[in-house]
Amino acid sequence: MSKNYSLRSLLVRPEVATFLMFLAIMIGFYIANERFLDARNIRIVMGITPEYIIVAIGIAILMISGEFDLSVGSVFALVPMTIVQMVHQGIPPWFAIFLGLMIGIIVGFVNGFITLRFGIPSFIATLGMLYIARSLTTVATAGFPPPFPHILPNELFVYQFELFRASLYWALLVAVVLGVMLHRSNVGNWIYATGGDQNAASSMGIKTGNVKMFCFILCGFLAGFAGMIQTFRLEAPLPSQGYLLELESIAAAVIGGVSLFGGIGTVFGAVIGAILIRFLESGIIMARIDAEWFRAGLGSLIIIAVVFNTYISRRATRIGQNKAKD
Amino acid sequence: MEDIIVCEGLNKYYSGVHALKDLSLKIKKDSVVGLIGDNGAGKSTLIKILSGAHQPDSGHIYFEGNKVKFKSTKEAMNLGIETIYQYSALIPEMSIARNIFIGREQTQYNVGNFGLMKTKTMQDDAMKALTDVELHLRSPDTPVNQLSGGERQGVVIARAMYFKSKVLILDEPTNHLSVKETNKVLRFVEGLKSQGVTSIFITHNLSHVYPIADHLCVMARGEKIADLDKKDTTIDHLTDLLVNG
Repeated sequence: MSKNYSLRSLLVRPEVATFLMFLAIMIGFYIANERFLDARNIRIVMGITPEYIIVAIGIAILMISGEFDLSVGSVFALVPMTIVQMVHQGIPPWFAIFLGLMIGIIVGFVNGFITLRFGIPSFIATLGMLYIARSLTTVATAGFPPPFPHILPNELFVYQFELFRASLYWALLVAVVLGVMLHRSNVGNWIYATGGDQNAASSMGIKTGNVKMFCFILCGFLAGFAGMIQTFRLEAPLPSQGYLLELESIAAAVIGGVSLFGGIGTVFGAVIGAILIRFLESGIIMARIDAEWFRAGLGSLIIIAVVFNTYISRRATRIGQNKAKD
Repeated sequence: MEDIIVCEGLNKYYSGVHALKDLSLKIKKDSVVGLIGDNGAGKSTLIKILSGAHQPDSGHIYFEGNKVKFKSTKEAMNLGIETIYQYSALIPEMSIARNIFIGREQTQYNVGNFGLMKTKTMQDDAMKALTDVELHLRSPDTPVNQLSGGERQGVVIARAMYFKSKVLILDEPTNHLSVKETNKVLRFVEGLKSQGVTSIFITHNLSHVYPIADHLCVMARGEKIADLDKKDTTIDHLTDLLVNG
């Protein structure tokens, strides 16, 4: 194997392409406004990014297993809202956090159960859940957003250090643990196999239903956990929190090289995708472009990323097949 | 020679259709059995039952003299019956090494059924398994979608060999393959005999299986219509059976 070949096989990895895109955008906005990479701006952007990273990882893993979750934005609001309301009802903070996170798990389970038991697309099952969970959140506010109970241990999750918040370290912990799970453990192998070709996977004895259920539950849990972190940071539970987050996290995953058809993607790609979106938003503001252009930028980025990934994966297949004929 | 698989009076209905009619079959150890028949003859039903994917409505299966009842493909695989389906049982985007070990990963630091994969061991063993079936590929990290059709079948056969299968069921392994690739696959299958593996080769293309088969079994309309040693038959006779039932 020549060195040239291994360099080429590195470049065709989708998350590497994403990383290069990330560097290009960072440099571009830095040229537009030097203060884009000031400690101050990095502190602001990285202060809000961890929540998106966590949701994007959950979505990415679920998409790799071949399913979707459109309800993450609503779960992102429902979980912290329930935690806050339970604390107001006198439930001890840590127990309320435990119960709140269980709601994320239950929503994930219900999403998986409906999808797998009735054999309907997860797109539909979780679209329904998007409305149901959002509705429940609004009902739980009882018409008026409750105040944030300061007995909740929010500093543990969002304490502002010199440059980064504690939430970034939580996000990194999630990324490392789930990265190892996805890329190094046998469960990860089953997830890729299930998303890559469900028939082949189950004929090799993999319980593809269980694998998918695990990914649904993981995704629900992470969405709730991330939502809790955002509420802890803002110190205000808002029923509108996480609005349109489902699309943004799918965007992060896709920009990071996760395939819409399952079987392809990495945790690293999803992390970079989520960071990229937040810096894009900041860069557009810092470059004194009308902030309304953010969505146009994001939209273009999604399309470019997928077109580019499709192109390089076709090329990679062709290189490989030519090699095989040698 | 002893029989490794004996089927007695297997019947299977699919929503009222009698797909397998009172089928009995004996398969000798270390032989290549060609199972031929036109589309809809019941070949697929029979192998789904032998591989544990479906259960017969009546009848018995004996494996190495013991009566068996497979509730899943996993149970059949554990006993050493491995099936290679028409659609390749490989995940296109995954590497050769990962494909070989799907569902049977070598792991360490286990917690229950879960653990971290021994990547290096799996890569080395994958290469060794490929070499054992005379398949020489560049790297165990190559994604399967970069291999030719014949090479993919080779990987699947290498996988079955690695896990010490006793019986290999090949469902139309030469479908959609070029002549050159077909010959490659036939050589793989022929090589299995000397390694103590019995293979059941399902095809509707008699010319593919005839050169390598020891025994031929012809099916039509869910029934076995002929069950012959190769020495007792000719390709013309078999063609006649296939065409005229």
